[in-house]
Amino acid sequence: MSEEFKLEIVNPEKSFLSKEDVTEVLVPAYEGDMGILKDHISIISFLKPGILKVFSKNGEDKYYVEDGIIEFKDNILSILTSSIFNVDKIDRSYLSQSLSDTEKLLSKEDLDDQNRFLISQKIDVLKSITSN
Amino acid sequence: MASLDDLKKRILSVKSTQKITKAMKMVAAAKLKRAQENAEKGRPYSEKMNNIILNLSSGISDKENAPKLLAGTGNDKVHLCVVLTSDRGLCGGFNSNIIKKAKAYFSKITSEGKNLKIITVGSKGYDQLKRQYNDKIVNKISFKESKNINFFDAEKVSKIIIESFQKNEFDVCIIFYNKFKNVITQIPQAQQIIPLKSSETGDENEKDNYEFEPEEDEILGNLLPKNISTQIFKAMLENSASEQGSRMSAMDNATRNAGEMVDKLTIQYNRSRQAAITKELIEIISGAESL
Repeated sequence: MSEEFKLEIVNPEKSFLSKEDVTEVLVPAYEGDMGILKDHISIISFLKPGILKVFSKNGEDKYYVEDGIIEFKDNILSILTSSIFNVDKIDRSYLSQSLSDTEKLLSKEDLDDQNRFLISQKIDVLKSITSN
Repeated sequence: MASLDDLKKRILSVKSTQKITKAMKMVAAAKLKRAQENAEKGRPYSEKMNNIILNLSSGISDKENAPKLLAGTGNDKVHLCVVLTSDRGLCGGFNSNIIKKAKAYFSKITSEGKNLKIITVGSKGYDQLKRQYNDKIVNKISFKESKNINFFDAEKVSKIIIESFQKNEFDVCIIFYNKFKNVITQIPQAQQIIPLKSSETGDENEKDNYEFEPEEDEILGNLLPKNISTQIFKAMLENSASEQGSRMSAMDNATRNAGEMVDKLTIQYNRSRQAAITKELIEIISGAESL
């Protein structure tokens, strides 16, 4: 039996990626990283900033996502996100720009805990990508 | 009767107008193709988003405590109308069709004694509405600088809407835009986005058992603002395809009309030239006879 399922990543502007032969996807879900295999239970969750890993026969792809929603149903994993970048092809200047922007955000006073958590998460991820 | 010289000038000027309209038609056709592609590419996102929200809202157990963006404030007093138009003119009935639809709605709700607030997106809509509804317009947004429609612009609009919703400044939000059917037909649409129409959420024949992480309420609370951006983005995409389609057919008409005008003027020019020659001949002949 094949262990593959379908992955669709959709941007507001276009369909970002569609793959039929995915074996595992690691998503940075809101309440912790989540690995999704075939025949996972139907689930809806959303993403926090992090690295999305897609495993298929031909290897592994890494994407940086800032936010989004995932839905898994009938062995189709749909990811709706407005900001996703392939880690290997990502623009360095965008990264550093985004990093400094987010750091500025963090220094603001009127943040609630949830936002503070999301922002510091984002900074960590951005830093880890830049240092690689 | 106009002199020959005047006619010649007019023919020339109509011809150069025709050149311009022809070029505009070509440009619109090229842009239309791109806008149409964009609209099609953007469809999966909004469809998926809609599906997820449907599943979520049918799964929500406690309707009373549902987020206000879904259920509404319980009032129906203040209507916020977001009118999406273009930033450029010369596109046939495109803008006036939306405005007409919006105005009909405005007069309906004002006659019902409800309050009206307007946000215009695109400068043409503001130009047409400011005369009559200037005191109602709370905000005007224009994206003249951004060349292509992008999601950030849509997010800006939805941010304004949501912020004002959280301040309880309105109860119902409706967006007006043109839905692209084909090049000749664009249908002005009024779509209610806050609260989400129950007719769209009433589809309960397939209930899926989803696992939610975190809780439904929290996901909905996060998703609904996104959905508003998505809906606005969709409307903007449809609008831009409609705008180009409308401009294309308008310019096509204009080119054809200019062609007809050139033909008519040319006939008139030839006739008066002929008349002038005949007149001269008669003068010569009658002069010769009298000798």
